[in-house]
Amino acid sequence: MTAPATPAPSPATVGEQPGVRLARSRRNAELSLLLLAMVLVAAYGAMVEANVLDTVTADFWMPAAALTAVFLGLHLAIRFLAPFADPALLPAVALLNGIGVGFLRRLDLAKATPAEREDLAIFAGTGGRQLAWTLASVILAAGLLALIRDHRSVSRYAYTLGLAGIVLVMIPAVLPRSISEINGAKLWIRIGGFSIQPGEFAKLALLAFFAYYLVRKREVLSLASRRFLGIDFPRGRDLGPVVVVWLISLLVLVFEKDLGTSLLYFGMFVVTLYIATERVSWLLIGLVLFFGGAYLAYVLGETVGGPFANFYLRAQIWLDPFADPYEDGYQLVQGLLALGTGGLFGAGPGGGQPLKLPEVQNDFIFAGIGEEIGLFGLSALLVVYLLIVERGLRAALAVRDSFGKLLAGGLAFTLGLQVFVIVGGISKLIPLTGQTTPFLSAGGSSLMANWLLIAVLLRVSDAARRPVTGVGGKAARPSGGPPEQLHGAPTEVIRP
Amino acid sequence: MNAPLRRVGVVVMILFGLLFANLNWIQAYKADEYRNSDYNGRVQVAEYDRKRGNIEASGTALATSKATSGELRFQRTYPGAAKYAHVLGYKPVNLADTGIEEFENDFLAGTSDQLIASRVKDLFTGDQTGGGNVLLTLSRRAQDTAYEQLRNNRNNVTRGAAVAIDPGTGAVQALVSMPSFDPNPLASHDTDAATAAYNKLEQDADGPLKNRALGEVLPPGSTFKIVVAAAALENGVGKGTEIAAGPSWTPPTSGTPIRNAVPSICPEAQVTLAEAVRESCNTGFAQLGVRLGAEKIKQKAREFGFEQDDLGVGQLGEGGHGVAASRTGTMENADGGDDPGALAQSSIGQRDVRMTPLQGALIAATVAHDGSQMRPYVVQQLLGPDRTTVYHTAEPDELRRPISGQVASDLRDMMVSVVEDGTGKNAQISGYTVGGKTGTAQSAPDRPDHGWFIGFALDKNGKPVSAVCVVLEQAGPGGSAEAARIAGQVMRAAIADRGGR
Repeated sequence: MTAPATPAPSPATVGEQPGVRLARSRRNAELSLLLLAMVLVAAYGAMVEANVLDTVTADFWMPAAALTAVFLGLHLAIRFLAPFADPALLPAVALLNGIGVGFLRRLDLAKATPAEREDLAIFAGTGGRQLAWTLASVILAAGLLALIRDHRSVSRYAYTLGLAGIVLVMIPAVLPRSISEINGAKLWIRIGGFSIQPGEFAKLALLAFFAYYLVRKREVLSLASRRFLGIDFPRGRDLGPVVVVWLISLLVLVFEKDLGTSLLYFGMFVVTLYIATERVSWLLIGLVLFFGGAYLAYVLGETVGGPFANFYLRAQIWLDPFADPYEDGYQLVQGLLALGTGGLFGAGPGGGQPLKLPEVQNDFIFAGIGEEIGLFGLSALLVVYLLIVERGLRAALAVRDSFGKLLAGGLAFTLGLQVFVIVGGISKLIPLTGQTTPFLSAGGSSLMANWLLIAVLLRVSDAARRPVTGVGGKAARPSGGPPEQLHGAPTEVIRP
Repeated sequence: MNAPLRRVGVVVMILFGLLFANLNWIQAYKADEYRNSDYNGRVQVAEYDRKRGNIEASGTALATSKATSGELRFQRTYPGAAKYAHVLGYKPVNLADTGIEEFENDFLAGTSDQLIASRVKDLFTGDQTGGGNVLLTLSRRAQDTAYEQLRNNRNNVTRGAAVAIDPGTGAVQALVSMPSFDPNPLASHDTDAATAAYNKLEQDADGPLKNRALGEVLPPGSTFKIVVAAAALENGVGKGTEIAAGPSWTPPTSGTPIRNAVPSICPEAQVTLAEAVRESCNTGFAQLGVRLGAEKIKQKAREFGFEQDDLGVGQLGEGGHGVAASRTGTMENADGGDDPGALAQSSIGQRDVRMTPLQGALIAATVAHDGSQMRPYVVQQLLGPDRTTVYHTAEPDELRRPISGQVASDLRDMMVSVVEDGTGKNAQISGYTVGGKTGTAQSAPDRPDHGWFIGFALDKNGKPVSAVCVVLEQAGPGGSAEAARIAGQVMRAAIADRGGR
């Protein structure tokens, strides 16, 4: 960052704004890509039926058609609410969501008795519920787009969001285990047959707060520093907030027994801090703190046990899952066997045996899908995820205000990190944690939160790609508008 | 803030690169290990979802799959039970596959690349086509006869083997190893029962799981004289040439005399080569071998197929049942020169000479087929799941040509005389010309001798129809005569199956 908080974009920045250069909405491209994605989802559904039922029923296309209708609705909403939004985001997410619904429906088919299979209603079972959740999530996403016409208006509620985020994170930790614990991780609120994962929403709220806080403190954090060993380190008192977040993430690790969420929050904060300050030292401090903390938890788990025992056990399973393949290591072992059985090409959609996998509709959905579509299919899914993340980062690059950059960049990175944590977990790259696989896993919380995340990215990318002398009235005006006007943050103009 | 955003983009790419690399490790490098892991229950279930193809011979199913109501949808059954066990092998749920079930597994299971078309068709028609069918060269009558005759042999021998091949093509007509076993319990879906059945067979002292016809090597005794005679015929000795014989002969430098089986055999000082073969004259062949030298005998044995350790009997030119290498052993001194004592004993198929029953049958077949040894095979045809598309038909192929037509003709005449009025009379078949050579081999000083017979049958036009080798381990006195009798019966059955009498 050569000129922090520049009111107007510098020429160099303009050159990095593809949206400005194109100045086209590209909505028709989005529509074609979306329809292509839906054709793929329909083809996937047909292949599943061919393999599971030995025949393709006359209404195999119905789930795909329902999804298409839902996504077309969002597409229309985008046309009106965010006409310059990135055209690749919606089709990419729709493809993942569609494959997720298709795979969950495939699980329902496998569980059903042969008699029930032929006329499994499209809203029946896990797959049907996921379809309903998709509808709800997409409506929520469209609502967010309608509600927030300018992403910078979010910063007004930053402290409220921050507080809400911390509360959401802490709720499962303080609730009794009977309500909050599923499969050893205290991440849930269960009321009746209904369970939500508040942490999924917390990451959105927390990130909005981080972005706001960092835009205000950016100057201090990046400029007031001491040089040590050739690296600029921040002043001790500026470390405060980082230490607080570090403690929160360690508390999550210990009390919610979830390394993944902990890693997610901490990574999210450290990376937004780095983006804001451009200080590599923050990354180093963050990595040292996290791995130091994790190692400490591991050692404490081995010696003291207690709240750290779960983490120690998970680390042990990760190091050698085959040491106890029927008890502790069962999930990971079965996940690896499913992936290995899939091999390069997989057994074909519907051709595998995902029911042999524990938690196949949640944590292990990627392994379950991987058994059927193989390395090639999974690589394609990873590329779609990568596309979404990089498109989000692209929006962050192109948007003109610091808050938008931090918000989009942080959200995009968080999404990528979550994919890394869960996919890395089930494939034994890192210790397994109870994260959901964005857009694939069954469950409303995760789907809604991630669609909201996409809505924010769409909103920011719309601002980024909107021509400076743009169409439209008030919504278009903020292009180039400096964030200081909104925040009035005095620290930003203090130069040492 | 754009520079760090770009770097974050790179970091995400690295993280995804790690995921991709790790998935490659799991789904490509480790895939086979995970797929076949003991903890992996899914591959089996998938394999048993598709009806495995039949293994058939002479129009009868020898291995077939029957639908069940269990999780594994098809039960493999072997209607012939122990009779075909060593040829077919078995396909257990939890143990290793063997035999045809192993080396034609892909085709039988329907996962072979050749069957891709029918799998693609399934995708559209929605049918679940079964695997392909494997048709064997076996003659059912010859196999039945070999199995029954071995089992009910008159010497009450418990271990032995019989193998019959068509000399003109190399097609295996019968292949029996005794004792045999019933493969059905091994294919049980109750894996504990299958394991128990396997362990019982594994611990049986007679080794029923071993395929003796291809895998056992024993001293061939006098049957090896055919190889020595072939070497002699190529080195200036004719059928009628007189060779030194006698009731007993002690090779120079060796203290142990060579004797004949009974004193009535070749007591005269000199006999013709033909007489030596017919009467199985040990003293004659011991001296003949020493005269020829170790190198010529070893060379001739190699040309007949000794020392080959990579022969397979399955599809032509492709894998199949492994055949143990037959060996000539050491006949030289430490300094490299011939050891007359060892050479003399080796020339009558003792000392370190070892031969598989299949090798014996190949020698007889070569003599019958004018010196041309055909590559042995047991898979006649691969028939698609629809039973009309043929994916492979055996095209016989010469393996080697160890002897000239003239030498083969001389050996044939001598071997015919063995059956007509020598030691192998039991093998005679009326209407056919049968030739052969008996063998009685010392196994161990305190054990009964092995009885061997190798032979062939020619039809009226002199065309070879069957070549056979029968061995009865530790059969004792009369073992080779009993082997000759069984060999005759097996060849007669093979002829009958071909439409002969």
